[in-house]
Amino acid sequence: MKNNKTLNAISLVILITSLALITSCRKELKPVPEQQETLLTPDPSAQVKGFYIVNEGNMNMNKASLDYLDYTTGIYRRNIYNKANPEIVKGLGDVGNDIAVYGSKLYVVINVSNKIEVLDVKTGKRIKQINITNCRYITFNEGKAYVSAYLGRVGDPNAPQGIVAQIDTTSLTEIKRVDVGRQPEEMAIVGKKLYVANSGGYSPQQYERTISVIDLNTFTVTKLIDVAINLHRIKADKYGDLYVTSRGNYYDVPSKMFVIDTKTDQVKKTFDIAVNNLTIDGDIAYYYGSEWNYNEAQYTITYGMLNVKDEVILNQEFITDGTEKSITIPYGIAVHPITKEVLVTDALNYVSPGKLYCFDPSGKKKWSVTTGDIPAHFAFVYK
Amino acid sequence: MRRSKNAFVSVNYVFFAFLAMIWLGTFTSVQSFAQTDSTKADSINKVNQLKEVQIRKIKISKRQTSSTPLQILSGADLEKLNSLSVADAVRFFSGVQLKDYGGIGGLKTINVRSMGTNHTAVFYDGVQLGNAQNGQVDLGKFSLDNIEEIELYNGQKSSIFQSAKGFASASSLYLNSKQPDFSDGGTQKVRASIKGGSFGLINPSLLWQSKISNNVYSSLSAEYKNANGKYKFRSTNGVYDTTAVRKDGDIETMRLELGLNGMLPDSSKWKVKLYGYKDNQGLPGAVVNNVFAFSQRMWNKNFFVQSSYEKNVGKYSLLATAKYANDNQRYLNPDIVTVTGLQENNFHLQEIYVSLANKLKITNYWDVVLSSDYQRNDLNADLYRFSYPVRNTILTALATQFRFAKFDIQANLLNTLKYDKTQSGPADKNRNELTPTVMLSWQPFNQKEFRLRSFYKSIFRMPTFNDLYYTNYGFIVLKPEYTKQYDLGFTYIKGYENRILSQFSIQADVYYNNVKNKIVAVPGNNQARWSMENLGLVEIKGIDINIQSAWQLTEYIDLTTGLTYTYQNAIDADKASASYKDLIPYTPIHSGSFLASAMYKNLSMNYSFIYIGERYNQSTNNVYNYVQPWYTHDLALHYNTKLNRREVRLTAEVNNLLNQDYEVITNFPMPGRYYRIGLTYNY
Repeated sequence: MKNNKTLNAISLVILITSLALITSCRKELKPVPEQQETLLTPDPSAQVKGFYIVNEGNMNMNKASLDYLDYTTGIYRRNIYNKANPEIVKGLGDVGNDIAVYGSKLYVVINVSNKIEVLDVKTGKRIKQINITNCRYITFNEGKAYVSAYLGRVGDPNAPQGIVAQIDTTSLTEIKRVDVGRQPEEMAIVGKKLYVANSGGYSPQQYERTISVIDLNTFTVTKLIDVAINLHRIKADKYGDLYVTSRGNYYDVPSKMFVIDTKTDQVKKTFDIAVNNLTIDGDIAYYYGSEWNYNEAQYTITYGMLNVKDEVILNQEFITDGTEKSITIPYGIAVHPITKEVLVTDALNYVSPGKLYCFDPSGKKKWSVTTGDIPAHFAFVYK
Repeated sequence: MRRSKNAFVSVNYVFFAFLAMIWLGTFTSVQSFAQTDSTKADSINKVNQLKEVQIRKIKISKRQTSSTPLQILSGADLEKLNSLSVADAVRFFSGVQLKDYGGIGGLKTINVRSMGTNHTAVFYDGVQLGNAQNGQVDLGKFSLDNIEEIELYNGQKSSIFQSAKGFASASSLYLNSKQPDFSDGGTQKVRASIKGGSFGLINPSLLWQSKISNNVYSSLSAEYKNANGKYKFRSTNGVYDTTAVRKDGDIETMRLELGLNGMLPDSSKWKVKLYGYKDNQGLPGAVVNNVFAFSQRMWNKNFFVQSSYEKNVGKYSLLATAKYANDNQRYLNPDIVTVTGLQENNFHLQEIYVSLANKLKITNYWDVVLSSDYQRNDLNADLYRFSYPVRNTILTALATQFRFAKFDIQANLLNTLKYDKTQSGPADKNRNELTPTVMLSWQPFNQKEFRLRSFYKSIFRMPTFNDLYYTNYGFIVLKPEYTKQYDLGFTYIKGYENRILSQFSIQADVYYNNVKNKIVAVPGNNQARWSMENLGLVEIKGIDINIQSAWQLTEYIDLTTGLTYTYQNAIDADKASASYKDLIPYTPIHSGSFLASAMYKNLSMNYSFIYIGERYNQSTNNVYNYVQPWYTHDLALHYNTKLNRREVRLTAEVNNLLNQDYEVITNFPMPGRYYRIGLTYNY
């Protein structure tokens, strides 16, 4: 009887420990993998070698990612950063907000991770990380990069304004910064003036209304242009005009688009259309917009084209085969500089991998591919 | 590959469960745990049980006879768990996922059978803890210090005599506070306790129970908790491997509870409870690249007073309840600077609740109950363009029960009327819903030990104030989110005499649930603009198994064990969804827990193990959203002694013994190995 008891006690212990052991089935950890997909026929002589897409990733998920479509091999590469930089703790970061190529470097603005990743444009390997709190967008001029940030510094109740920082692209360090309006968004440079759209989004009871004009010689704000509330996009055409979007207040003030003449720095035209995003290629601006319709309790999405020389909306579509009905939330738009194909991304429901569509100049879908979460911004790579 | 691995894991579980059963079958005479109905004031003391082990018969408790699956943790067993809060304790239930954001103060909410956090009602001493703002109860805020028993019912409590609220949720978690027990004489009982350990924890508490008269008892419970919340965690991807410190999670809490219960000369019972809670904590956010510090903070002030009155007159019984609750929350985010300074939000919630439940005993085997509840909630917030909503809810439930020797059937119909109004902006449509429930429990054979049970329940949850009136969302009329549950299971309990295994019991249920019109946040044209929509359908198939055993290894050594295993397949069943047929986020296919507790004279040792299988942190099941399984081992040692004839208890705990680095919610790392010691003095 006693033998039984000790035997039972021992076997119970064995049961417990073996239960613990069989559940030691954690997979060995590996860096986030890159996925490759053959999408197109290779074009080794392509003038535009390819483009990068930054996928924002849902906030707090730390899933900002980079995709690359290589026209020379026809392969779409999904999530390349971790394979190229497996040693970077926590990877690319949280919420990729902008991307651009300048010279031999790729600059990726990672908003919630408060940094700009500077990578080698050919290999995707990190060159440097530039820390800027709450950084939003990036633009370049004569060897300098300019980054807008929602706040100059956090935690100071008396400092609600944002900044534009000037970064030297050789040393990759911040040279100086200037206070602009609250929560600045996109920037555009015409001549020696940098225009930054202020949103004021942290204080919806008092949105910002202005574009801050910075003289690049002195790097100071020389004037403010009053436009409308909650400004977001600002794009320059080759005629010295700026196209600026206002998001309204999501209630009774609708979204609109404005045209600014940089010779006079005044608003010269208003378009009563909702524009969420636009890209200007030559004489055409390609745009899409969604407006919340209170009565129908849903978003209606429109796509359109605009002639920036004559400043008129064209009676033309860049999606003509009905594919726009499959797009849930258009989130990024770009035009191939040579072929004039239009690239549109779909963020779907923000929590699933998005989609990238390519339309030929006649508006028919050429191909589509799955991207990372919330595909948002493009950067073309030239030879 | 994955399918066969799932099969492998589940076969292993079943195999070990069988192994346990076989051994248990060859031995007998073990102490049962959580079998006795300890809510009764005259519950038998554990010490007495030890002496009577040879002749005690098995008590068929409500865990066996309940028509709905019931899991209980109570009394001594609750004290033995390495748990500080209710959240830590509920992890050991089957069919439960706890969303834990880490640390002592991190948000912890319970999700039963993957239907969603808002579908579990949490009751404190029989009255629901409401949160009209977001429909969730942070279980981390309820310390176990004054909790006598935790019960989890799938469906609803298997008793028709309850307030209408009791019928109104897909699952119910009952927290019952310690009730004074003066059956062994005396008129004052004081228990002073202090705990401390990792995270800079200091946690003194006091419980003072008093017999004011033969018919009136009082209970005062006070607790203070302070922790710096710091702990190390490891971050690795196989190439980089760093250790960092989780900071900014400091927490300070204070709780004061006063309870009075009494009996009137006509044998009617009454009780009153006042509950006050206050805290101040840091909110460490998601650990993402290049972010090392968090400055967000939150202050909570919660107060409620609730009372109930129960009277029996012949065939008629009455249960009347009333409650008033007042909650304040202040949130500060220094990372966002507005024109009026740092971003700060203040919320003020109030609730008034009254309930009247009437029971009529029509015959010996047939009861009918009519319950009616009224509740009023309002929310004030200093948000821009806030609508200041007020919600009136009237619940009426008609329930009936047929109770025979071998067969028990309960059925109820619940009617819910909801009226919202707002000071500005649109208000949600008025609602009138009718939902049925049927449940039965059947003893098919002559032996009492084996019972079959089954239930069907259709119930919903209303959209919360946040769903409807949060300013950043465009307003949209939302339908209630509906769930349907179908459950079939059995319970079996067996006692043995003169054997090492003294008791063995098993409860197993197979179930199918679905959730319709899920209320989800759908993004608009940018990440700041979302809207809520009724979207989606979730289908859940699952199996819950609970096995308890009690052993008498030697004359002095007792052992009790508890094993739970859950298999769940919770998928997105919406054909139009991008993630159709994928597992919904954070729902593992396999999960389980194991508890073992051994007692030898004055010493007792506790071992607990939790396993949560692999899962995904977003709706698409791909490699980028994959989350590893995690499993932790906890060990505790308790020593009971007497100092000047007063009971003293020393506790030492080690949690996450093997220092596994894991995350329950992605980017919210959990602590590695941590310690706690405690001292309790009973006067």
